[in-house]
Amino acid sequence: MKTFFLMMAICSIVLAPGAEFAVAAAVDVPDTMAERVKPCVACHGSEGVAGKDSFYPRLAGKPKGYLFNQLRDFRDGRRYYRPMALLLENLSDEYLMEMASHFADLKQPYPPPEPASLTPGEAALARRLIENGDSARNIPACVECHGKALMGTPPFIPGLLGLPRMYMVAQFGAWRSGGLLRGRKADCMSEIGKQLTVEETNALAAWLSSRPVPERDFSVATLAAEMAQRCGDIVRSSAE
Amino acid sequence: MMKRGSLAVILTLVTVLAILLVLAGLGLSPGPADSTSMPPEEKTGTTAADSGSLRLRQERGRYLAQLANCMGCHTAQGGQPYAGGKELPTPFGTFITSNITPDKQTGIGNWNEQDFWKALHEGKSRDGRPLYPAFPYTEYTKISREDSDAIFSHLQSLAPVAQENPSGRIQFPYNFQPLLSLWRFIYFKPGVYQADSGQSGEWNRGAYLVQGLGHCSACHAERNPLGAVVGAAGGETLGGGQIMGSNWYAPSLTSSFEAGSAGWPLDEIARLLTTGVSLKAATSGPMADVVRQSLQHLTAEDARAMAVYLKSLPESAQPPPPPQAINEQGRAWLERGSAIYEKHCKDCHGSSGEGAPGIYPPLAGNRGVVMTPPVNAIRSILIGGYPPSTSGNPKPYGMPPFAQVLRDDEVAMVLSYIRTAWGNAASLVTRDQVDKSRVGLH
Ligand code: HEC
Ligand code: HEC
Ligand code: HEC
Ligand code: HEC
Ligand code: HEC
Repeated sequence: MKTFFLMMAICSIVLAPGAEFAVAAAVDVPDTMAERVKPCVACHGSEGVAGKDSFYPRLAGKPKGYLFNQLRDFRDGRRYYRPMALLLENLSDEYLMEMASHFADLKQPYPPPEPASLTPGEAALARRLIENGDSARNIPACVECHGKALMGTPPFIPGLLGLPRMYMVAQFGAWRSGGLLRGRKADCMSEIGKQLTVEETNALAAWLSSRPVPERDFSVATLAAEMAQRCGDIVRSSAE
Repeated sequence: MMKRGSLAVILTLVTVLAILLVLAGLGLSPGPADSTSMPPEEKTGTTAADSGSLRLRQERGRYLAQLANCMGCHTAQGGQPYAGGKELPTPFGTFITSNITPDKQTGIGNWNEQDFWKALHEGKSRDGRPLYPAFPYTEYTKISREDSDAIFSHLQSLAPVAQENPSGRIQFPYNFQPLLSLWRFIYFKPGVYQADSGQSGEWNRGAYLVQGLGHCSACHAERNPLGAVVGAAGGETLGGGQIMGSNWYAPSLTSSFEAGSAGWPLDEIARLLTTGVSLKAATSGPMADVVRQSLQHLTAEDARAMAVYLKSLPESAQPPPPPQAINEQGRAWLERGSAIYEKHCKDCHGSSGEGAPGIYPPLAGNRGVVMTPPVNAIRSILIGGYPPSTSGNPKPYGMPPFAQVLRDDEVAMVLSYIRTAWGNAASLVTRDQVDKSRVGLH
């Protein structure tokens, strides 16, 4: 109790008019992006690697343009996840771009592959879609856009390896339902996602998450003109 | 909020019945609400405005529209600016904003200055329909005709956007038009801002901005169950109030215990309004929206004028009653709160709540922390957030959301702790209070 009164006394001095705005001691805060993205780390894990929960996607090393597009889509309601929308609500495009750059430049080891639980039939199904696509449904091979090594094609197309299985299942579900989550925006990926069956996407997510992530640098891959055309909206909207 | 809603319905029905009966008895019907309104000034000689002065007027209109934050309400999330379609939830139903781009079919392309003035000043649409006060014409009525015309010329210079918006979903009985006319008759007095000759030009400019364009009282005032600002009949209306349809409380701008600025240096008030942060506080939630969308664009002179006016507002509040003494059980609650603080909060807000002013708000001596009701602090802890990116503070630091990390009782404990530590002296917070604020987080 004594200390309480002492504190009150000190505070009434500190809060006396005039002295009110004198700043005494303050927490020492580094002027860095790492400090500024602390709120993200709470969910996405400390160095931008996948967080504690297998649902939180990794951010480190993903293409900058892709990360920026996602941040803007969350903020503007084109991709739905309310906690992030609230967090980003009042941040400018320029600042979101700096955050995207920060995570794109982070170099972090990938998590070990998840144990595969596929039947040979499922594995074959997944590999067929990845390597050949399905021309009957106008679905190009995944590698056409996501790169031969499935490590993405900068700056707008993300890699497919090193992602948690549950996260991918959720993304495919979002495109398929075409509703709130990720399918609200018509783009080359949501068009493909809408057509894939539950069987196919379960197989794809299980197979992709069981693959080890190759070590090489893939940042030089480029997108074939036809695919760039097909994804025109994504490429254009970022250039604005 | 639920309570507020149902109370509102009952009171409304009673009031409506009573008044309708009286009117019927008098042989009156609820006619036009503003028989009191002033005749509109006739505009003369607007035909040959040369393009240079038109440019200037449009530019001025653009600035004024920013201060009035027309775009904030008339733009849907991620939608085309000014094309409307944004939903505004209230206890009376959901209002949907109009398209005010110059599209002839779906916007206001067929309007003239006079139609526009009637909307802003009298709250009437072009066809004479009374508008709902979710459109804050109750404040905009103070805007001068000249400024109204400038805003109009800016809006007319935009590219037309063809976008039909659904009509609002207003609940019975509020969708009954005579009721709205009646509401306007009772609560709405059109009239432009009248300068107070006893005050400086700067003060008057500030008052005009706060009361009219800035429509601060649209949030910072208590509303009666009929949604009317309490005290609107005269005197200051910035006494603080819960924002309809949300879990945010807009603190009193006339109380030094809430957000009054009598004790603040002018620079610091202007800094908070234009950058979103100050040494003592950071804006969040709806106020962060207002700063980003509107106030950050204030010229230095206008920001100062607003500060001068806000600082001059007379103190309206009694000191809050001292909180009850803390018993054994309360002390255990606070001890657990202290442990949570150590683990999750201390890194940013400091071991004595000192924070890093301008970066991480101090919690010691922070009025937002000790305020009653504690809804804003609960909300901040649940959703975290960044103050707005503004030209004065383009890369703000942020706070993580704790809704996914802490249970309701843990949020209540840590908040109780910071409300009573380091010289702060406010009531403890309960788990139920936290639970109510979780609405709308997913
Ligand atoms: C409350 C937890 C949480 C916080 C805090 C959070 N995120 Fe997320 N983030 C998620 C979840 C969950 C998803 C996946 C959402 C989905 O399924 O679409 C996600 C997705 C993303 C994605 C898309 C990743 C991809 O591969 O498509 C990016 C980029 C991202 N977050 C960046 C950030 C940044 C930057 C911050 C800090 C400003 C942040 N997040 C804060 C939970 C969070
Ligand atoms: C025409 C080009 C194209 C093809 C073909 C394509 N994708 Fe994509 N994919 C994209 C683009 C672009 C994105 C980023 C979408 C965005 O910005 O929201 C994407 C994103 C994804 C994501 C989300 C990754 C994350 O981190 O959130 C997954 C999963 C995915 N694609 C899987 C596949 C699979 C599986 C296939 C093959 C069946 C495939 N894609 C074929 C262009 C393509
Ligand atoms: C707080 C939110 C809000 C703000 C700020 C706001 N409006 Fe509105 N406005 C509305 C709503 C809601 C309506 C629809 C009211 C109705 O239908 O009864 C509306 C209606 C209008 C209309 C009538 C349209 C029609 O077709 O009848 C005009 C004109 C208008 N607003 C212009 C403006 C201008 C100019 C500004 C800035 C000076 C502004 N508004 C700021 C919410 C807002
Ligand atoms: C859309 C509703 C809304 C409008 C309009 C609005 N405010 Fe606020 N204001 C709030 C809320 C909610 C808070 C509490 C959250 C916070 O502290 O940032 C607040 C807080 C404040 C604070 C205290 C900030 C702090 O953190 O200590 C000041 C000062 C203030 N408002 C001034 C104004 C002025 C001046 C205007 C008019 C130009 C205005 N507000 C218009 C909702 C609003
Ligand atoms: C990574 C740094 C960080 C951490 C950790 C953090 N905060 Fe914050 N806090 C901030 C920032 C930045 C703001 C201003 C946010 C805004 O304006 O929207 C803030 C704002 C607040 C506010 C509102 C203050 C005001 O002026 O209105 C409260 C209350 C608060 N924090 C409490 C807490 C508590 C309790 C914890 C621990 C459970 C915590 N914070 C953890 C950075 C942090």
